[in-house]
Amino acid sequence: MTDNFPPDSADRPDGPVPSDGRRSFIKQATGFLGLALAPPLISQAERLTAISKKVEGVTEMRLKVNGTVRTISAEPRVTLLDALREKLDLTGSKKGCDHGQCGACTVLVDGRRINSCLTLAVMNQGKEITTVEGLAKGEELHPLQASFIEHDGFQCGYCTPGQLMSGVACLKEGHAKTDGDVREWMSGNLCRCGAYPNIVAAIRQVEKSGFKS
Amino acid sequence: METEPSFFETSPTPNVVGKPLNRVDGRDKVMGRAKYSAEYPIPGLTYGVLKTSDIAKGKIQSIDTSAAAKQPGVLAIYTHLNIPKLAVTPNDADGKKAIGAPMGFMPLTSDVIFYAGQPVAVVVADTFERATHAADLVRVTYTTEQPIAAYTDPKAKIFDPAKIQDGKTDGKTRRGDARAALASAPVQLTAVYTHAINHHNPMEPGATTAVWDAPDRLTVYESTQGVTRTQKALSTMLGLPQDQVRVITKYLGGGFGCKGSCWPHTVLTVLAAKGVGRPVKLSLTRKQQFTSMGHREDQTQTLTLGATKEGKLTTLIHEKTSTTSPWDNYAESNSKIINMLYDCPNFEASYQLARGNVMTSTYTRAPGEAPGSFALESLMDDLAYKLNIDPIQIRLLNHADKDPTNGNPWSSKSLKECYARGAELFGWSKRNPKAGATRNGRLLVGMGMATASYPVHNSQGMARVRLYADGHAVVQSGATDLGTGTYTVMTQVAADSLGLPPEKIRFELGDTKLPTAPNSGGSVAAGTVSSSVYMAAQDVWGRLTKLAIKDKKSPLFGAKSEEVAVENGRLQLKKNKAKGEGFMALMKRAGLDDIEGSGSGKYGAGYETGQAASPATSGNAEKPATHSMHSFGAHFCEVQVDPDLGTVRVTRWVSVHGAGRILNAKTARSQIIGGSIFGIGAALMEATHRDNQFARYVNADFADYHIPVNADIPDMTVEFIDERDPYINAMGVKGIGEISMVGVSAAVANAIFHATGKRVRDLPITPDKILATKAV
Amino acid sequence: MNNFSYLQATQPKEATGAVRDNQQAAFIAGGTTLLDLMKLNVETHDQLVDINMLAFKGIEQTADGLRIGALERMSDVGENPLVMQQYPVISQSLLLAASPQLRNMASIGGNLLQRTRCGYFRDTAFPCNKRQPGSGCPAQEGENRGLAILGGSKDCIATFPGDLAVALVALDAVLLLENAKGKQRRVPLVDFHLLPGSTPQRETVLEPGELIVSVTVPAAAHTRKSMYLKVRERSSYAYALASAAVGLDVQGGQIRSARVALGGVGTKPWRSREAEKVLTGAPATEATFRAAAAAALREAQPREHNRFKVELAQNTLVRALTELTA
Ligand SMILES: Cc1cc2nc3c(=O)[nH]c(=O)nc-3n(C[C@H](O)[C@H](O)[C@H](O)COP(=O)(O)OP(=O)(O)OC[C@H]3O[C@@H](n4cnc5c(N)ncnc54)[C@H](O)[C@@H]3O)c2cc1C
Ligand code: SF4
Ligand code: FES
Ligand code: FES
Repeated sequence: MTDNFPPDSADRPDGPVPSDGRRSFIKQATGFLGLALAPPLISQAERLTAISKKVEGVTEMRLKVNGTVRTISAEPRVTLLDALREKLDLTGSKKGCDHGQCGACTVLVDGRRINSCLTLAVMNQGKEITTVEGLAKGEELHPLQASFIEHDGFQCGYCTPGQLMSGVACLKEGHAKTDGDVREWMSGNLCRCGAYPNIVAAIRQVEKSGFKS
Repeated sequence: METEPSFFETSPTPNVVGKPLNRVDGRDKVMGRAKYSAEYPIPGLTYGVLKTSDIAKGKIQSIDTSAAAKQPGVLAIYTHLNIPKLAVTPNDADGKKAIGAPMGFMPLTSDVIFYAGQPVAVVVADTFERATHAADLVRVTYTTEQPIAAYTDPKAKIFDPAKIQDGKTDGKTRRGDARAALASAPVQLTAVYTHAINHHNPMEPGATTAVWDAPDRLTVYESTQGVTRTQKALSTMLGLPQDQVRVITKYLGGGFGCKGSCWPHTVLTVLAAKGVGRPVKLSLTRKQQFTSMGHREDQTQTLTLGATKEGKLTTLIHEKTSTTSPWDNYAESNSKIINMLYDCPNFEASYQLARGNVMTSTYTRAPGEAPGSFALESLMDDLAYKLNIDPIQIRLLNHADKDPTNGNPWSSKSLKECYARGAELFGWSKRNPKAGATRNGRLLVGMGMATASYPVHNSQGMARVRLYADGHAVVQSGATDLGTGTYTVMTQVAADSLGLPPEKIRFELGDTKLPTAPNSGGSVAAGTVSSSVYMAAQDVWGRLTKLAIKDKKSPLFGAKSEEVAVENGRLQLKKNKAKGEGFMALMKRAGLDDIEGSGSGKYGAGYETGQAASPATSGNAEKPATHSMHSFGAHFCEVQVDPDLGTVRVTRWVSVHGAGRILNAKTARSQIIGGSIFGIGAALMEATHRDNQFARYVNADFADYHIPVNADIPDMTVEFIDERDPYINAMGVKGIGEISMVGVSAAVANAIFHATGKRVRDLPITPDKILATKAV
Repeated sequence: MNNFSYLQATQPKEATGAVRDNQQAAFIAGGTTLLDLMKLNVETHDQLVDINMLAFKGIEQTADGLRIGALERMSDVGENPLVMQQYPVISQSLLLAASPQLRNMASIGGNLLQRTRCGYFRDTAFPCNKRQPGSGCPAQEGENRGLAILGGSKDCIATFPGDLAVALVALDAVLLLENAKGKQRRVPLVDFHLLPGSTPQRETVLEPGELIVSVTVPAAAHTRKSMYLKVRERSSYAYALASAAVGLDVQGGQIRSARVALGGVGTKPWRSREAEKVLTGAPATEATFRAAAAAALREAQPREHNRFKVELAQNTLVRALTELTA
């Protein structure tokens, strides 16, 4: 059902590693994340032409996820979350409520955090979608992923992908300057296991480390 | 017990056990690679969706599936008329018992509707969207009867059950003469406490992926706290030998008790898969979650105490009334903690139930202990204020040095240390003893505390260790990890038991193909599974010792096995440690690539008496041995109350617990924090509202059923008192999953009282209730 | 959710025409109200017309005051420096709403058109006059804790749940609408939402196919000195139990002009001219604020479980006025 288009290696988060292996972790992270959060690489014009105007029934859609353009066949009613989970087997993004009420499905679209359960896949063609699977560079964790592990920012892990995507955006938005800020700006992500204090600590550590996204 | 090895002796100074090791499954979780039960990309997978009842009581008159069936991609629609039949249903008492079912009714076995949200059809289609829409198109007509929504309904018939909680607890308990003692008590207090319906609401809703590998062989990926219990339930219902049903749960997105049993949606998914002859995956919607896996029941408690003028308890009388389902006598056993927490010579408890058109309530994190402690710890606070005694002091005054229910000594108890350390960390001495006297601008500041306790339930389980000659090991036990850290702590236990670094251990769980472990519930998992792993390692060492003493090339040749001890993976003479060798050398000489051992770990009274508890169960009839076994702790809470707006914010939190050996300082802290937050939710915001006329929930979602968000929670301080308990299991471990929430709502309510001088006994304490206290 | 066709409109006419000609069609902006309700089958549409390509953008100071394009996102407006400095009540109402993720998705136009959180409305198993005219209103005698105490009728007491509209209605905001003929009209926000009366299904004056293009807020002294106070059951990510949007022009301790609206308590964003009347020309004292709050709630008609809102709304308003003048 799903084709895997050969990715453009420059766009690929797990693409070739530069020969200069001495780059610091932060710098590397900056490189690849910067990409995910930067303005879309495809021009507005390209977007327009890339999208058919009226869509009915099962059609092919092209979604650019974690730097790779992938094609799915889906009806217009398929949400971005279900497209990721059920059509692309990117099950990192979780479904906790399906109604925008929990944040488990948080992904970045053109660098902004959104709830993927309340948007349609068809509306997100031509946009840069980043999911939790696209955070690490190969096996090298994003600093926030590492910080979550260090601070035990989760228990069951089901809210964690959403927390991480939200946290990455929170840092980038400049909403992680104080503990209080993080608490408020991470309140769109419920955690029933109650990992909140650890999540705050994890995000704050990355912020204090001077990490720039 | 003397004959069994214990971790205290073999690893007096553990290397990794107790250390704050990062979660071994952490990488998979943060990378989105951890697979939960609805995330297996199985070839030919189809989607199942439940259609549920609009009404709460009545009968199905007709079901029209024609419109739904015409939808593209729809493969099947099952109703009570055409779903494959079960060999055994829980609809009668014997069936229910054989299955171990959480409720005495299986939907789609008849046309009767007992509760709103009861499944009436299962639709299977090739995509999630198509199945969902087809379910909407199934047209059901009903003959409707007036339902009963709750025990508070004037039409409800209240009765006295002989037993509650699935027959586990007596409907009435009596110790001494509580009424006579009350009559002569110089100080008497009585109060009524109500508790809203609460839902566990794990972030991962219930989910099942059912795959029939052959007409009589089934694999189920299930979001459950117990693979074995699910396997047993399914195999009984399907009439299959247990080994032909395999249940897998590698990752679980929380459970909190609601995933402790095999609920109807799982069974319906399995039947649908059988019917369509293809794998079916079914995830509950969040709304369905509210009517599919139980809840904490709506309840009223009346608690009465009698005490001396000095504040010494002389009697406690507890009555609880709550709503139960049409079939089961379920109520949380609140009275247990009230019976045992303080030294009090007289006690009486009784339960009353009313049948409502609701599904059965079920185990919810600290079932009974959480709401029971709310009543007791609130009333103790009242007593303290009434007699002008410090709240900690009143509790020390009534400290139970022995178990008041049977006079047994405690296997270990550090409650006094918990009070002392908690008070110190919290700065309790700086608290103004007067209520309503501390302000921060417009806000009223209050500090409160409460005692926590949770019993050690009887349990046992098994584990297997395969140790490789190259110095790594695979360790297995069919437990689950709800997020509690099972993967991690068992890795640590295995590492120390085998003398290997944790990186050299792979711990596997969550599969009925593995040795049987108990349900992860009742806080038994850590103690039972760790002991099993430890015992399995001892079995390996026993085998290797035998090998060594017969091996002429071994320095241990000719020694007696009891002269040999193992330290850090080295077999050596107890008397002369220099004489010995590492297991790798020994195994290589023997031409062994690997060696396997298995072990059975007991938890609780069974360990002390050496008697078996039935495997794979927890919380079965407690037969106390010579010691009573409980964890104890204390929570300290500071709140700021806005008296005009009614809002309450928790601004500081300290919890100190004595819970036996702590296996991992980091994950244990997380557990306590998590339980406290769960309790803060119950205290301040969690309530499911059931409409009285329709017996149907009106706020079954995450926007209107509020659980705490990040901004509700301050930084929290958690500590543990070092405890060495040799009686409970080979590892000396008590559980911490549930004690973390016991006493929490009382600590919050007590802080609110201290802030405002007004007592709220109705949970959750929402702004309207704070405002209402000003009116009186 | 039923299946539907998806049309991405690039011109307003294309969008308005499509929705006017098909009663079952709807615009989609952020989708956070629409898809939520469609998943619940509270709304069914056979066509969704994506209006995100339309040029209804911009946050700017014009001669008429602040102009915000209907397709601007809540987060962008909430954190816009001009809005934060000159119209703090608007910024605050946005940043206290929903969650960061939802605010990144949700449009200003969509926000004004969000629908009630009444639990009976959101569950098709219940009767509900708003969802199914004539079926009844179980909330009157049922779980009405979150429902309205102002503006209700015997047929519906559903609360308007939004925050932004409360701020905007206080500040005399005017909507620019455009219909399928390309004709534009201006409607003051205070007249945009309808009281339920006997037709609770009719919520606004929007005609079929009519679009919200932008909203304009006249600048005044009371827009700069303004604030939004929201009381909810948890500290964030929750709808208001009660909220107050207030703007004051105070000189020498005297209130020269006042703007007051309440949220969480009315069947529509509740502008309180009664409170404004008490405030205007009076000294900025607690006694005045109390009197204004009493006036605002004089007509309140609480039901069994929402009686507390009468006091809560008054206290909320008093607190907002007190903090604003502190
Ligand atoms: C969990 C949750 C919590 C929330 N909490 C809050 C809160 O605390 N405070 C608050 O104020 N809001 C809250 N909201 C509501 C949220 O702000 C609205 O859903 C959102 O603003 C709607 O905007 P949208 O662009 O997503 O609208 P859509 O869903 O795209 O559209 C909503 C409706 O408006 C119509 N529409 C959209 N744009 C136009 C236009 N320009 N012209 C004409 N018609 C149009 C659509 O046809 C549809 O009928 C919450 C929502 C959720 C899901
Ligand atoms: S209050 Fe309005 S929305 Fe709620 S049930 Fe009554 S009619 Fe429906
Ligand atoms: S699944 Fe999207 S917010 Fe809960
Ligand atoms: S880690 Fe379990 S819900 Fe957050």
